[in-house]
Amino acid sequence: MWTGFKRIVRSGFVGFWRNAFVSLASIFVMTVALLVIGATMLSDQLLGVTLKNIQDKVDINLYFVTTASQEDIDALVARLEAMDEVTEVRYTSRDEALTQFRERHKNDELTIQALEELGDNPLGASLAIKAADTTQYENIATFIEEQRALEEPQAPLIDEVNYFKNKGSIDKLTGIIGAAQKASVITLAVLMIAAVLITFNTIRLAIYTTREEISVMRLVGASNTFIRGPFMLQGLMYGLIAGVVAILILYPVVLWIGPASESFFQFNLFEYFVNDFVHIFSVLVGSGMALGLISSVLAVSRYLRV
Amino acid sequence: MIYFDKVSKYYNAGQSIAIEDVTFQVAPKEFVSIVGHSGAGKSTLLKMLIAEERPTTGQVFFESLDIHQIPRVKLPKYRRKIGTVFQDFKLLPHKTAFENIAFAMEANGRADDEIMENVPQALALVDLEDKSWNFPHELSGGEKQRVAIARAIVNQPDIIIADEPTGNLDPIATYEVVQILRKINDLGTTVIMTTHNKGVIDELGRRVITMDEGRIVRDDQEGKYVL
Repeated sequence: MWTGFKRIVRSGFVGFWRNAFVSLASIFVMTVALLVIGATMLSDQLLGVTLKNIQDKVDINLYFVTTASQEDIDALVARLEAMDEVTEVRYTSRDEALTQFRERHKNDELTIQALEELGDNPLGASLAIKAADTTQYENIATFIEEQRALEEPQAPLIDEVNYFKNKGSIDKLTGIIGAAQKASVITLAVLMIAAVLITFNTIRLAIYTTREEISVMRLVGASNTFIRGPFMLQGLMYGLIAGVVAILILYPVVLWIGPASESFFQFNLFEYFVNDFVHIFSVLVGSGMALGLISSVLAVSRYLRV
Repeated sequence: MIYFDKVSKYYNAGQSIAIEDVTFQVAPKEFVSIVGHSGAGKSTLLKMLIAEERPTTGQVFFESLDIHQIPRVKLPKYRRKIGTVFQDFKLLPHKTAFENIAFAMEANGRADDEIMENVPQALALVDLEDKSWNFPHELSGGEKQRVAIARAIVNQPDIIIADEPTGNLDPIATYEVVQILRKINDLGTTVIMTTHNKGVIDELGRRVITMDEGRIVRDDQEGKYVL
């Protein structure tokens, strides 16, 4: 048993070395396939983060009239927070609004002067409401409209809701996010399938060149395990080396792209690569080895039916 | 030792006949040559012996064992009892002469020290000690065939099957290969060989089975090549 294993391992290494050109070609093709998988993983991550950043910027702003009582405001906040769709309600009081306004216009003498002339604070309190998903703003806006309809006409509470002003752009953005996610899933699937098929075919061709040898081994009385073993080992080695090479190629690429992605997408690809290295490494090397092994087993078994 | 019992083999659902109603026996330590034109069914007979082909009807026995009842997983073990030599040598191109012979022993699960001892002996028997580390493409046709014979005998099989072993060889290499086969037979191994070569048959002076169109037409104990 042990001698058999030892012989299979030795024969696998010797075969790998003596068929150096075929081995090299297989590793090269597998490296390209794994690079495609790696690049897809990274760009998927980039897309996900970008979409999330964009979604985070979307919210509904609700402005209260200046005469709104704190009690009514608190009640509305409580009702909004009770909604499933709402993830965050940020309250800005009248005083805070005034401070922010002064800060924003501190270089604008005229506006500050006009504000001083008024004496009283002209700004109302406001709410910034966020939803988990851009599609849910519609519901929240409808809910706010219902609340508004219940108000007494003499003592209104809500002055303005900006959703209806921004509805067009929010809808468009929702559409773009949905399409981008769908496109990325489809691309990912297509590229993965292509990578798997290319690898499988390459290994099949590599083993096709040895089909005569396989039949000779059978005729000499070698068992299937004894014939298959070295090819399985070689498949594993192809995957391992290709995975490591793919990582070595990706490293300088993300190092180079890192700063650019930081300023453009607010997401540093290089940091992601370093922080999630174990995950990326195991996916690339693991899928490489699994692909190599499975392809070898399938390819050899075709020629074992002598 | 080997017994073909009313064996027939048809291809294309009975359209073409490879072998028809063949019955013969081979005793231990015999040297049997099978002769006949191309397509007479010689190779088919040998392929049935190593279970590469199945008969359409009839049975083939190795001792008391019906060869074609052997389950697929046990075939490798059966094939190790038979040494095979082919017209096109069928050496493993990426292995040296030594490794080609050692492979047959490794496949047989033999120990390393046995391999180190027996492979040089087999190489010595075919007079190729100085070529052990050459790859097949560095050897001449005769040398390749001698390596193939060494591989066939290294596991001390009960029987050697040689399918046109001299078909691709020049007269001198042919003579050498036949002498080696004769030596192996003298050492007590049964040899079954197919050939086209009249000179080889006449020189051997052993049993000859003559086939024509899938049937045995002659079986002479000290045969000549008659066709």
